[in-house]
Amino acid sequence: MNIKPKYYFILLSLAFIVYSFSIYLKPLHLSPNSNFSITEASEGRLVWQKYNCQSCHQLYNLGGYLGPDLTNVISQPGKGKEFLKAMLNAGSKQMPVFQLSNQEINQLYEFLKSTNASGTADPRELKVNNYGMIERNEN
Amino acid sequence: MLACALIFGLLSSFIYVFPHFLKEQIGFHTLRPFHVSYALLWIILGATGCVYCGLNIRFQKLFNQRAAMLQWLLWLIAFVGITYSYLIKDFGGREYWEFNPKWALPIALAWILFLFNFFSIALKIKNWPVYLWMWMTGILFFLFAFTENYLWLFPYFREHFITDMTIQWKVNGSLVGAWNQLLYGTAFFVMDRISGTKDTGKSKLAFAMYFLGLFNLMFNWGHHIYTLPTSTYIKYVGYAVSMTEWVFFIKIIYNWRSSLSDVKKHYHYFPYRFIMASDFWVFVNMGQAILMSIPALNIYTHGTHVTVAHAMGTTIGINTMIILAFCFEYLYEYKTKLSSRVLPIFFWILQGSLLLFYMSLNIAGLKKGQWQLSDPQIPFSMMMQSLQPYFILFIVAGVGILIALSIFIFVLLKNSKVFR
Repeated sequence: MNIKPKYYFILLSLAFIVYSFSIYLKPLHLSPNSNFSITEASEGRLVWQKYNCQSCHQLYNLGGYLGPDLTNVISQPGKGKEFLKAMLNAGSKQMPVFQLSNQEINQLYEFLKSTNASGTADPRELKVNNYGMIERNEN
Repeated sequence: MLACALIFGLLSSFIYVFPHFLKEQIGFHTLRPFHVSYALLWIILGATGCVYCGLNIRFQKLFNQRAAMLQWLLWLIAFVGITYSYLIKDFGGREYWEFNPKWALPIALAWILFLFNFFSIALKIKNWPVYLWMWMTGILFFLFAFTENYLWLFPYFREHFITDMTIQWKVNGSLVGAWNQLLYGTAFFVMDRISGTKDTGKSKLAFAMYFLGLFNLMFNWGHHIYTLPTSTYIKYVGYAVSMTEWVFFIKIIYNWRSSLSDVKKHYHYFPYRFIMASDFWVFVNMGQAILMSIPALNIYTHGTHVTVAHAMGTTIGINTMIILAFCFEYLYEYKTKLSSRVLPIFFWILQGSLLLFYMSLNIAGLKKGQWQLSDPQIPFSMMMQSLQPYFILFIVAGVGILIALSIFIFVLLKNSKVFR
Protein backbone atom coordinates (compact mmCIF):
# COMPACT_ATOMS: atom_id res chain seq x y z
CA MET A 1 0.00 0.00 0.00
CA ASN A 2 1.39 3.44 -0.90
CA ILE A 3 2.08 5.70 2.06
CA LYS A 4 0.89 8.92 0.48
CA PRO A 5 -2.55 7.82 -0.78
CA LYS A 6 -3.16 6.27 2.65
CA TYR A 7 -2.62 9.59 4.41
CA TYR A 8 -4.76 11.54 1.94
CA PHE A 9 -7.49 8.96 2.40
CA ILE A 10 -7.37 9.17 6.21
CA LEU A 11 -7.37 12.98 6.13
CA LEU A 12 -10.39 13.16 3.83
CA SER A 13 -12.23 10.49 5.82
CA LEU A 14 -11.70 12.40 9.07
CA ALA A 15 -13.03 15.59 7.47
CA PHE A 16 -16.06 13.63 6.24
CA ILE A 17 -16.76 12.23 9.71
CA VAL A 18 -16.55 15.69 11.30
CA TYR A 19 -18.86 17.07 8.59
CA SER A 20 -21.33 14.20 9.13
CA PHE A 21 -21.46 14.78 12.88
CA SER A 22 -22.00 18.51 12.41
CA ILE A 23 -25.24 17.45 10.69
CA TYR A 24 -26.21 14.71 13.16
CA LEU A 25 -25.95 17.13 16.08
CA LYS A 26 -28.18 19.77 14.51
CA PRO A 27 -31.44 18.81 16.28
CA LEU A 28 -29.77 19.58 19.65
CA HIS A 29 -29.51 23.25 18.72
CA LEU A 30 -33.06 23.68 17.44
CA SER A 31 -35.95 25.04 19.43
CA PRO A 32 -39.18 22.98 19.17
CA ASN A 33 -41.98 24.35 17.04
CA SER A 34 -45.26 24.43 18.96
CA ASN A 35 -47.39 24.51 15.81
CA PHE A 36 -47.69 20.70 15.76
CA SER A 37 -47.02 17.66 17.92
CA ILE A 38 -43.42 16.57 17.28
CA THR A 39 -44.06 13.01 18.45
CA GLU A 40 -47.18 12.62 16.31
CA ALA A 41 -45.44 14.20 13.31
CA SER A 42 -42.58 11.75 13.76
CA GLU A 43 -45.09 8.87 13.75
CA GLY A 44 -46.75 10.47 10.72
CA ARG A 45 -43.44 10.24 8.88
CA LEU A 46 -43.63 6.47 9.44
CA VAL A 47 -47.21 6.42 8.10
CA TRP A 48 -45.96 8.31 5.01
CA GLN A 49 -43.39 5.52 4.54
CA LYS A 50 -45.76 2.67 5.45
CA TYR A 51 -48.13 3.58 2.62
CA ASN A 52 -45.25 4.58 0.36
CA CYS A 53 -46.63 8.06 -0.39
CA GLN A 54 -43.10 9.02 -1.52
CA SER A 55 -43.34 6.87 -4.67
CA CYS A 56 -45.76 9.41 -6.22
CA HIS A 57 -45.47 12.56 -4.11
CA GLN A 58 -42.64 14.92 -3.30
CA LEU A 59 -41.55 16.92 -0.26
CA TYR A 60 -39.39 19.91 -1.16
CA ASN A 61 -39.51 18.57 -4.73
CA LEU A 62 -37.77 15.37 -3.64
CA GLY A 63 -39.60 12.07 -4.21
CA GLY A 64 -41.88 10.65 -6.92
CA TYR A 65 -43.10 12.47 -10.01
CA LEU A 66 -46.62 11.16 -10.61
CA GLY A 67 -48.44 13.32 -8.07
CA PRO A 68 -48.03 16.88 -6.78
CA ASP A 69 -45.59 18.06 -4.11
CA LEU A 70 -47.27 17.89 -0.68
CA THR A 71 -44.89 20.00 1.46
CA ASN A 72 -47.36 22.87 1.84
CA VAL A 73 -50.56 21.12 0.80
CA ILE A 74 -52.40 21.67 4.10
CA SER A 75 -51.97 25.43 3.91
CA GLN A 76 -53.69 25.62 0.51
CA PRO A 77 -57.31 26.87 0.58
CA GLY A 78 -59.78 24.01 1.18
CA LYS A 79 -57.03 21.40 1.59
CA GLY A 80 -57.01 20.68 5.34
CA LYS A 81 -57.60 17.47 7.26
CA GLU A 82 -60.98 16.72 5.65
CA PHE A 83 -59.44 17.00 2.19
CA LEU A 84 -56.69 14.59 3.22
CA LYS A 85 -59.30 12.10 4.50
CA ALA A 86 -61.38 12.42 1.32
CA MET A 87 -58.36 11.84 -0.92
CA LEU A 88 -57.26 8.78 1.00
CA ASN A 89 -60.76 7.29 1.09
CA ALA A 90 -61.76 8.02 -2.49
CA GLY A 91 -58.45 8.03 -4.38
CA SER A 92 -58.02 9.86 -7.68
CA LYS A 93 -57.24 9.14 -11.34
CA GLN A 94 -54.01 7.24 -10.64
CA MET A 95 -54.15 7.06 -6.86
CA PRO A 96 -55.80 3.96 -5.39
CA VAL A 97 -57.93 4.02 -2.22
CA PHE A 98 -55.89 3.72 0.99
CA GLN A 99 -57.40 2.24 4.16
CA LEU A 100 -55.84 4.28 6.96
CA SER A 101 -57.06 4.17 10.54
CA ASN A 102 -58.17 7.42 12.18
CA GLN A 103 -55.00 7.44 14.24
CA GLU A 104 -52.86 7.08 11.12
CA ILE A 105 -54.74 9.91 9.38
CA ASN A 106 -54.16 12.14 12.43
CA GLN A 107 -50.47 11.30 12.49
CA LEU A 108 -50.10 11.87 8.76
CA TYR A 109 -51.87 15.21 9.16
CA GLU A 110 -49.46 16.22 11.95
CA PHE A 111 -46.55 15.22 9.72
CA LEU A 112 -47.88 17.41 6.88
CA LYS A 113 -48.31 20.23 9.40
CA SER A 114 -44.64 19.84 10.30
CA THR A 115 -43.51 19.90 6.67
CA ASN A 116 -45.62 23.00 6.07
CA ALA A 117 -44.17 24.71 9.15
CA SER A 118 -40.62 24.00 7.97
CA GLY A 119 -40.80 26.38 4.98
CA THR A 120 -42.03 26.72 1.43
CA ALA A 121 -41.33 24.32 -1.44
CA ASP A 122 -42.79 26.63 -4.09
CA PRO A 123 -39.90 27.60 -6.42
CA ARG A 124 -41.66 30.92 -7.10
CA GLU A 125 -40.95 31.84 -3.47
CA LEU A 126 -37.24 31.30 -4.02
CA LYS A 127 -34.59 33.50 -5.62
CA VAL A 128 -30.93 33.29 -6.49
CA ASN A 129 -28.79 35.60 -4.33
CA ASN A 130 -25.65 37.54 -5.28
CA TYR A 131 -23.47 34.55 -4.42
CA GLY A 132 -25.41 32.33 -6.83
CA MET A 133 -27.20 30.41 -4.07
CA ILE A 134 -30.94 29.74 -3.78
CA GLU A 135 -32.64 31.48 -0.87
CA ARG A 136 -36.14 32.41 0.20
CA ASN A 137 -37.62 35.47 -1.50
CA GLU A 138 -38.46 37.95 1.27
CA ASN A 139 -40.43 40.31 -1.00
CA MET B 1 -32.25 -8.64 -11.82
CA LEU B 2 -31.76 -6.29 -14.75
CA ALA B 3 -34.62 -7.97 -16.64
CA CYS B 4 -36.91 -7.60 -13.59
CA ALA B 5 -35.99 -3.91 -13.24
CA LEU B 6 -36.72 -3.30 -16.92
CA ILE B 7 -40.09 -5.08 -16.88
CA PHE B 8 -41.29 -3.26 -13.76
CA GLY B 9 -39.97 0.02 -15.14
CA LEU B 10 -41.98 -0.43 -18.31
CA LEU B 11 -45.14 -1.40 -16.39
CA SER B 12 -44.73 1.68 -14.17
CA SER B 13 -44.27 3.97 -17.14
CA PHE B 14 -47.60 2.83 -18.65
CA ILE B 15 -49.41 4.49 -15.73
CA TYR B 16 -48.24 7.92 -16.95
CA VAL B 17 -50.31 7.40 -20.11
CA PHE B 18 -52.98 4.92 -18.95
CA PRO B 19 -53.84 6.09 -15.40
CA HIS B 20 -56.00 3.07 -14.53
CA PHE B 21 -53.46 0.49 -15.69
CA LEU B 22 -53.09 -2.09 -12.84
CA LYS B 23 -54.32 0.61 -10.44
CA GLU B 24 -56.51 -1.69 -8.35
CA GLN B 25 -54.35 -4.83 -8.70
CA ILE B 26 -50.96 -3.46 -7.74
CA GLY B 27 -50.74 0.32 -8.20
CA PHE B 28 -47.86 2.64 -9.02
CA HIS B 29 -46.84 2.81 -5.35
CA THR B 30 -45.89 -0.90 -5.56
CA LEU B 31 -44.61 -1.06 -9.14
CA ARG B 32 -42.11 1.77 -8.66
CA PRO B 33 -40.37 0.22 -5.63
CA PHE B 34 -40.05 -3.06 -7.54
CA HIS B 35 -38.45 -1.15 -10.42
CA VAL B 36 -36.05 1.02 -8.41
CA SER B 37 -35.02 -1.63 -5.89
CA TYR B 38 -34.33 -4.24 -8.58
CA ALA B 39 -32.40 -1.63 -10.58
CA LEU B 40 -30.30 -0.81 -7.51
CA LEU B 41 -29.78 -4.49 -6.74
CA TRP B 42 -28.66 -5.05 -10.36
CA ILE B 43 -26.07 -2.30 -10.09
CA ILE B 44 -24.88 -3.16 -6.59
CA LEU B 45 -24.75 -6.91 -7.22
CA GLY B 46 -23.26 -6.35 -10.67
CA ALA B 47 -20.55 -4.13 -9.15
CA THR B 48 -19.93 -6.65 -6.35
CA GLY B 49 -19.66 -9.45 -8.92
CA CYS B 50 -17.19 -7.41 -10.98
CA VAL B 51 -15.00 -6.78 -7.91
CA TYR B 52 -15.03 -10.46 -6.88
CA CYS B 53 -14.38 -11.59 -10.43
CA GLY B 54 -11.55 -9.07 -10.78
CA LEU B 55 -9.97 -10.18 -7.49
CA ASN B 56 -10.33 -13.81 -8.53
CA ILE B 57 -8.61 -13.20 -11.89
CA ARG B 58 -5.81 -11.03 -10.57
CA PHE B 59 -5.13 -12.57 -7.14
CA GLN B 60 -6.51 -16.10 -7.48
CA LYS B 61 -4.43 -17.78 -4.80
CA LEU B 62 -5.69 -15.39 -2.15
CA PHE B 63 -9.35 -15.76 -2.95
CA ASN B 64 -11.75 -17.31 -0.40
CA GLN B 65 -14.62 -18.90 -2.37
CA ARG B 66 -16.54 -20.05 0.69
CA ALA B 67 -16.76 -16.56 2.20
CA ALA B 68 -17.92 -15.18 -1.14
CA MET B 69 -20.63 -17.85 -1.39
CA LEU B 70 -21.88 -16.96 2.09
CA GLN B 71 -22.17 -13.35 0.97
CA TRP B 72 -24.24 -14.39 -2.06
CA LEU B 73 -26.49 -16.45 0.20
CA LEU B 74 -27.19 -13.36 2.33
CA TRP B 75 -27.99 -11.40 -0.83
CA LEU B 76 -30.37 -14.15 -1.90
CA ILE B 77 -32.17 -13.93 1.45
CA ALA B 78 -32.40 -10.15 1.05
CA PHE B 79 -33.73 -10.48 -2.51
CA VAL B 80 -36.45 -12.97 -1.50
CA GLY B 81 -37.34 -10.83 1.53
CA ILE B 82 -37.56 -7.60 -0.48
CA THR B 83 -39.72 -9.26 -3.14
CA TYR B 84 -42.03 -10.77 -0.50
CA SER B 85 -42.19 -7.41 1.29
CA TYR B 86 -43.35 -5.65 -1.88
CA LEU B 87 -45.77 -8.41 -2.88
CA ILE B 88 -47.66 -8.10 0.40
CA LYS B 89 -47.23 -4.28 0.34
CA ASP B 90 -45.23 -4.33 3.55
CA PHE B 91 -43.44 -1.02 3.03
CA GLY B 92 -41.87 1.17 5.68
CA GLY B 93 -38.51 2.14 4.23
CA ARG B 94 -37.31 5.31 2.50
CA GLU B 95 -37.38 6.08 -1.21
CA TYR B 96 -35.38 3.51 -3.24
CA TRP B 97 -35.32 1.21 -0.15
CA GLU B 98 -39.07 1.03 0.48
CA PHE B 99 -39.13 -2.54 1.79
CA ASN B 100 -39.59 -3.38 5.47
CA PRO B 101 -36.32 -2.27 7.15
CA LYS B 102 -35.69 -5.76 8.56
CA TRP B 103 -34.59 -6.86 5.06
CA ALA B 104 -31.76 -4.34 5.22
CA LEU B 105 -30.08 -6.57 7.79
CA PRO B 106 -28.94 -9.34 5.40
CA ILE B 107 -27.68 -6.61 3.02
CA ALA B 108 -25.62 -5.01 5.80
CA LEU B 109 -24.26 -8.42 6.88
CA ALA B 110 -23.39 -9.30 3.28
CA TRP B 111 -21.56 -6.01 2.98
CA ILE B 112 -19.58 -6.60 6.19
CA LEU B 113 -18.51 -9.95 4.71
CA PHE B 114 -17.56 -8.19 1.48
CA LEU B 115 -15.39 -5.78 3.45
CA PHE B 116 -13.79 -8.64 5.33
CA ASN B 117 -13.15 -10.62 2.13
CA PHE B 118 -11.72 -7.62 0.34
CA PHE B 119 -9.27 -6.74 3.10
CA SER B 120 -8.24 -10.36 3.59
CA ILE B 121 -6.97 -10.23 0.00
CA ALA B 122 -5.96 -6.60 -0.42
CA LEU B 123 -3.86 -6.29 2.72
CA LYS B 124 -1.50 -8.93 1.31
CA ILE B 125 -0.85 -6.82 -1.80
CA LYS B 126 1.77 -4.10 -1.90
CA ASN B 127 1.65 -0.92 -3.97
CA TRP B 128 -2.08 -0.91 -4.74
CA PRO B 129 -3.20 0.10 -8.24
CA VAL B 130 -5.89 2.78 -8.26
CA TYR B 131 -8.71 0.30 -8.90
CA LEU B 132 -8.02 -1.39 -5.54
CA TRP B 133 -8.31 2.00 -3.85
CA MET B 134 -11.58 2.63 -5.68
CA TRP B 135 -12.98 -0.76 -4.72
CA MET B 136 -12.01 -0.26 -1.08
CA THR B 137 -13.60 3.20 -1.06
CA GLY B 138 -16.78 1.88 -2.64
CA ILE B 139 -17.09 -0.96 -0.13
CA LEU B 140 -16.30 1.17 2.94
CA PHE B 141 -18.51 4.11 2.03
CA PHE B 142 -21.43 1.98 0.94
CA LEU B 143 -21.45 0.34 4.37
CA PHE B 144 -21.20 3.71 6.10
CA ALA B 145 -23.96 5.35 4.02
CA PHE B 146 -26.19 2.27 4.17
CA THR B 147 -26.03 2.35 7.99
CA GLU B 148 -26.68 6.09 7.93
CA ASN B 149 -29.68 5.34 5.70
CA TYR B 150 -31.44 3.86 8.73
CA LEU B 151 -30.75 6.63 11.27
CA TRP B 152 -34.41 7.63 10.85
CA LEU B 153 -35.32 4.57 12.93
CA PHE B 154 -34.25 6.69 15.92
CA PRO B 155 -36.86 9.35 16.89
CA TYR B 156 -34.00 11.80 17.60
CA PHE B 157 -33.41 12.10 13.85
CA ARG B 158 -36.99 11.59 12.65
CA GLU B 159 -38.41 14.26 14.91
CA HIS B 160 -36.58 17.01 13.08
CA PHE B 161 -37.89 16.94 9.55
CA ILE B 162 -35.29 19.16 7.86
CA THR B 163 -32.28 17.41 9.44
CA ASP B 164 -33.88 14.08 8.56
CA MET B 165 -34.29 15.14 4.90
CA THR B 166 -30.72 16.48 4.87
CA ILE B 167 -29.38 13.13 6.08
CA GLN B 168 -31.61 11.24 3.62
CA TRP B 169 -30.08 13.09 0.66
CA LYS B 170 -26.59 12.94 2.12
CA VAL B 171 -27.07 9.18 2.13
CA ASN B 172 -28.45 9.04 -1.41
CA GLY B 173 -25.53 11.09 -2.75
CA SER B 174 -22.94 9.00 -0.90
CA LEU B 175 -24.46 5.66 -1.97
CA VAL B 176 -24.36 6.67 -5.63
CA GLY B 177 -20.75 7.83 -5.15
CA ALA B 178 -19.88 4.51 -3.46
CA TRP B 179 -21.15 2.20 -6.20
CA ASN B 180 -19.66 4.53 -8.81
CA GLN B 181 -16.28 3.97 -7.14
CA LEU B 182 -16.80 0.20 -7.44
CA LEU B 183 -17.72 0.55 -11.11
CA TYR B 184 -15.11 3.13 -12.13
CA GLY B 185 -12.53 0.85 -10.49
CA THR B 186 -13.93 -1.97 -12.61
CA ALA B 187 -13.65 0.18 -15.76
CA PHE B 188 -9.97 0.82 -14.90
CA PHE B 189 -9.45 -2.92 -14.40
CA VAL B 190 -11.06 -3.77 -17.78
CA MET B 191 -9.11 -1.05 -19.62
CA ASP B 192 -5.83 -2.30 -18.12
CA ARG B 193 -6.57 -5.70 -19.60
CA ILE B 194 -7.76 -4.42 -23.01
CA SER B 195 -4.84 -2.05 -23.48
CA GLY B 196 -2.41 -4.67 -22.17
CA THR B 197 -0.70 -2.18 -19.85
CA LYS B 198 -0.60 -2.46 -16.10
CA ASP B 199 0.74 0.99 -15.30
CA THR B 200 -2.22 3.24 -16.09
CA GLY B 201 -3.76 2.35 -12.74
CA LYS B 202 -0.66 3.54 -10.88
CA SER B 203 -0.07 6.93 -12.49
CA LYS B 204 -0.18 10.14 -10.47
CA LEU B 205 -2.99 11.41 -12.67
CA ALA B 206 -5.12 8.33 -11.96
CA PHE B 207 -4.67 8.89 -8.21
CA ALA B 208 -5.40 12.62 -8.52
CA MET B 209 -8.67 11.79 -10.30
CA TYR B 210 -9.49 9.15 -7.68
CA PHE B 211 -9.07 11.61 -4.80
CA LEU B 212 -11.12 14.23 -6.59
CA GLY B 213 -13.86 11.59 -7.02
CA LEU B 214 -13.62 10.69 -3.34
CA PHE B 215 -13.82 14.36 -2.36
CA ASN B 216 -17.03 14.67 -4.42
CA LEU B 217 -18.49 11.48 -2.96
CA MET B 218 -18.04 12.92 0.53
CA PHE B 219 -19.08 16.53 0.07
CA ASN B 220 -20.96 17.28 -3.17
CA TRP B 221 -24.37 15.84 -2.18
CA GLY B 222 -25.56 19.28 -0.97
CA HIS B 223 -26.57 20.08 -4.57
CA HIS B 224 -29.60 17.79 -4.11
CA ILE B 225 -31.09 20.02 -1.44
CA TYR B 226 -30.61 23.64 -2.51
CA THR B 227 -34.34 24.29 -2.03
CA LEU B 228 -34.49 22.63 1.39
CA PRO B 229 -34.31 25.18 4.25
CA THR B 230 -31.30 23.49 5.83
CA SER B 231 -28.06 25.20 6.97
CA THR B 232 -26.61 27.44 4.30
CA TYR B 233 -23.05 26.12 4.71
CA ILE B 234 -24.20 22.65 3.54
CA LYS B 235 -25.47 24.16 0.31
CA TYR B 236 -22.33 26.23 -0.29
CA VAL B 237 -20.09 23.22 0.39
CA GLY B 238 -22.18 21.16 -2.06
CA TYR B 239 -22.03 23.92 -4.69
CA ALA B 240 -18.29 24.56 -4.36
CA VAL B 241 -17.34 20.87 -4.37
CA SER B 242 -19.65 20.10 -7.31
CA MET B 243 -17.87 22.72 -9.37
CA THR B 244 -14.60 20.76 -9.04
CA GLU B 245 -16.25 18.25 -11.41
CA TRP B 246 -15.31 20.64 -14.22
CA VAL B 247 -11.83 19.12 -13.89
CA PHE B 248 -13.21 15.69 -14.82
CA PHE B 249 -15.24 17.19 -17.61
CA ILE B 250 -12.33 19.08 -19.16
CA LYS B 251 -10.13 15.99 -18.82
CA ILE B 252 -12.69 13.91 -20.74
CA ILE B 253 -12.68 16.44 -23.60
CA TYR B 254 -8.85 16.60 -23.51
CA ASN B 255 -8.62 12.80 -23.69
CA TRP B 256 -10.90 12.51 -26.69
CA ARG B 257 -8.30 13.18 -29.35
CA SER B 258 -5.89 10.55 -28.03
CA SER B 259 -8.66 8.01 -27.52
CA LEU B 260 -9.87 8.35 -31.14
CA SER B 261 -7.04 6.19 -32.48
CA ASP B 262 -7.78 3.60 -29.79
CA VAL B 263 -11.43 3.58 -30.81
CA LYS B 264 -10.44 2.70 -34.38
CA LYS B 265 -8.07 0.00 -33.15
CA HIS B 266 -10.48 -1.73 -30.75
CA TYR B 267 -13.84 -0.78 -32.29
CA HIS B 268 -14.81 -4.34 -33.21
CA TYR B 269 -14.00 -5.63 -29.77
CA PHE B 270 -17.27 -5.73 -27.85
CA PRO B 271 -16.20 -4.92 -24.27
CA TYR B 272 -14.31 -1.90 -25.56
CA ARG B 273 -17.45 -0.67 -27.28
CA PHE B 274 -19.37 -0.79 -24.00
CA ILE B 275 -16.57 1.08 -22.23
CA MET B 276 -16.64 3.74 -24.96
CA ALA B 277 -20.43 3.96 -24.64
CA SER B 278 -20.05 4.46 -20.88
CA ASP B 279 -17.46 7.19 -21.58
CA PHE B 280 -19.96 8.95 -23.84
CA TRP B 281 -22.66 8.75 -21.18
CA VAL B 282 -20.23 9.94 -18.50
CA PHE B 283 -19.59 12.99 -20.67
CA VAL B 284 -23.32 13.68 -21.24
CA ASN B 285 -24.39 13.03 -17.64
CA MET B 286 -21.49 14.79 -16.03
CA GLY B 287 -22.15 17.84 -18.20
CA GLN B 288 -25.77 17.75 -17.12
CA ALA B 289 -24.88 17.13 -13.45
CA ILE B 290 -22.54 20.13 -13.39
CA LEU B 291 -25.19 22.38 -14.93
CA MET B 292 -27.81 21.07 -12.48
CA SER B 293 -25.42 21.78 -9.61
CA ILE B 294 -25.46 25.50 -10.41
CA PRO B 295 -28.21 26.84 -8.13
CA ALA B 296 -29.44 29.40 -10.68
CA LEU B 297 -30.16 26.50 -13.10
CA ASN B 298 -31.11 23.98 -10.43
CA ILE B 299 -34.17 26.07 -9.54
CA TYR B 300 -35.58 25.19 -13.01
CA THR B 301 -34.78 21.48 -12.97
CA HIS B 302 -35.20 20.46 -9.32
CA GLY B 303 -38.11 18.07 -8.78
CA THR B 304 -38.67 17.58 -12.50
CA HIS B 305 -38.09 14.71 -14.93
CA VAL B 306 -34.69 16.25 -15.75
CA THR B 307 -33.55 14.57 -12.54
CA VAL B 308 -35.07 11.27 -13.74
CA ALA B 309 -33.30 11.65 -17.09
CA HIS B 310 -30.02 12.12 -15.24
CA ALA B 311 -30.66 9.09 -13.00
CA MET B 312 -31.59 6.88 -15.97
CA GLY B 313 -28.67 8.19 -18.02
CA THR B 314 -26.22 7.25 -15.28
CA THR B 315 -27.71 3.90 -14.22
CA ILE B 316 -28.22 2.59 -17.76
CA GLY B 317 -25.66 4.62 -19.71
CA ILE B 318 -22.75 4.41 -17.30
CA ASN B 319 -23.27 1.70 -14.67
CA THR B 320 -24.97 -0.90 -16.87
CA MET B 321 -22.52 -0.35 -19.76
CA ILE B 322 -19.53 -0.95 -17.47
CA ILE B 323 -21.05 -4.14 -16.03
CA LEU B 324 -21.86 -5.37 -19.55
CA ALA B 325 -18.30 -4.57 -20.69
CA PHE B 326 -16.99 -6.62 -17.79
CA CYS B 327 -19.38 -9.52 -18.54
CA PHE B 328 -18.39 -9.57 -22.24
CA GLU B 329 -14.70 -9.40 -21.34
CA TYR B 330 -14.57 -12.07 -18.68
CA LEU B 331 -17.70 -14.23 -18.87
CA TYR B 332 -18.57 -14.42 -22.56
CA GLU B 333 -17.33 -17.16 -24.88
CA TYR B 334 -16.80 -15.77 -28.39
CA LYS B 335 -17.91 -18.75 -30.43
CA THR B 336 -21.24 -18.24 -32.14
CA LYS B 337 -21.27 -16.36 -35.44
CA LEU B 338 -24.86 -15.27 -34.94
CA SER B 339 -23.89 -13.18 -31.90
CA SER B 340 -21.19 -11.34 -33.80
CA ARG B 341 -23.70 -10.30 -36.49
CA VAL B 342 -26.71 -9.56 -34.29
CA LEU B 343 -25.10 -7.94 -31.26
CA PRO B 344 -23.78 -4.76 -32.97
CA ILE B 345 -27.31 -4.05 -34.23
CA PHE B 346 -28.75 -4.33 -30.74
CA PHE B 347 -25.87 -2.32 -29.34
CA TRP B 348 -26.92 0.61 -31.50
CA ILE B 349 -30.65 0.04 -30.79
CA LEU B 350 -29.75 0.29 -27.10
CA GLN B 351 -27.76 3.51 -27.51
CA GLY B 352 -30.39 5.11 -29.78
CA SER B 353 -33.28 4.16 -27.50
CA LEU B 354 -31.43 5.43 -24.45
CA LEU B 355 -30.75 8.75 -26.17
CA LEU B 356 -34.45 9.09 -27.09
CA PHE B 357 -35.43 8.09 -23.55
CA TYR B 358 -33.04 10.62 -22.08
CA MET B 359 -34.17 13.43 -24.40
CA SER B 360 -37.92 12.85 -23.86
CA LEU B 361 -37.49 12.91 -20.08
CA ASN B 362 -35.38 16.07 -20.27
CA ILE B 363 -37.94 17.88 -22.39
CA ALA B 364 -40.80 16.76 -20.09
CA GLY B 365 -38.71 17.93 -17.13
CA LEU B 366 -37.94 21.34 -18.57
CA LYS B 367 -41.64 21.83 -19.36
CA LYS B 368 -42.51 20.96 -15.77
CA GLY B 369 -39.80 23.34 -14.57
CA GLN B 370 -41.37 26.09 -16.65
CA TRP B 371 -44.75 25.29 -15.05
CA GLN B 372 -43.28 25.33 -11.52
CA LEU B 373 -42.17 28.92 -12.00
CA SER B 374 -45.20 30.18 -13.93
CA ASP B 375 -47.68 32.50 -12.30
CA PRO B 376 -50.67 31.98 -12.42
CA GLN B 377 -50.26 28.22 -12.55
CA ILE B 378 -52.54 25.73 -14.30
CA PRO B 379 -53.48 22.70 -12.09
CA PHE B 380 -50.90 19.91 -11.69
CA SER B 381 -53.12 17.37 -13.50
CA MET B 382 -53.44 19.65 -16.55
CA MET B 383 -49.69 20.20 -16.64
CA MET B 384 -49.13 16.42 -16.52
CA GLN B 385 -51.70 15.96 -19.29
CA SER B 386 -49.77 18.39 -21.48
CA LEU B 387 -46.65 16.21 -21.08
CA GLN B 388 -48.36 13.11 -22.53
CA PRO B 389 -46.54 13.19 -25.94
CA TYR B 390 -43.17 13.08 -24.15
CA PHE B 391 -44.34 10.28 -21.87
CA ILE B 392 -45.45 8.25 -24.92
CA LEU B 393 -42.03 8.84 -26.46
CA PHE B 394 -40.29 7.70 -23.30
CA ILE B 395 -42.41 4.51 -23.19
CA VAL B 396 -41.51 3.74 -26.84
CA ALA B 397 -37.83 4.33 -26.08
CA GLY B 398 -38.20 2.21 -22.93
CA VAL B 399 -39.47 -0.71 -25.06
CA GLY B 400 -36.36 -0.32 -27.27
CA ILE B 401 -34.09 -0.44 -24.20
CA LEU B 402 -35.97 -3.47 -22.85
CA ILE B 403 -35.65 -5.40 -26.14
CA ALA B 404 -31.97 -4.57 -26.66
CA LEU B 405 -30.91 -5.31 -23.10
CA SER B 406 -33.00 -8.53 -23.07
CA ILE B 407 -31.01 -9.74 -26.10
CA PHE B 408 -27.74 -9.01 -24.28
CA ILE B 409 -28.98 -10.80 -21.15
CA PHE B 410 -30.04 -13.82 -23.25
CA VAL B 411 -26.78 -13.98 -25.24
CA LEU B 412 -24.67 -13.58 -22.10
CA LEU B 413 -26.52 -16.31 -20.23
CA LYS B 414 -26.41 -18.63 -23.27
CA ASN B 415 -22.69 -18.16 -23.90
CA SER B 416 -21.46 -17.63 -20.39
CA LYS B 417 -18.29 -19.47 -19.32
CA VAL B 418 -19.79 -19.76 -15.85
CA PHE B 419 -22.48 -22.20 -16.97
CA ARG B 420 -20.07 -24.46 -18.88
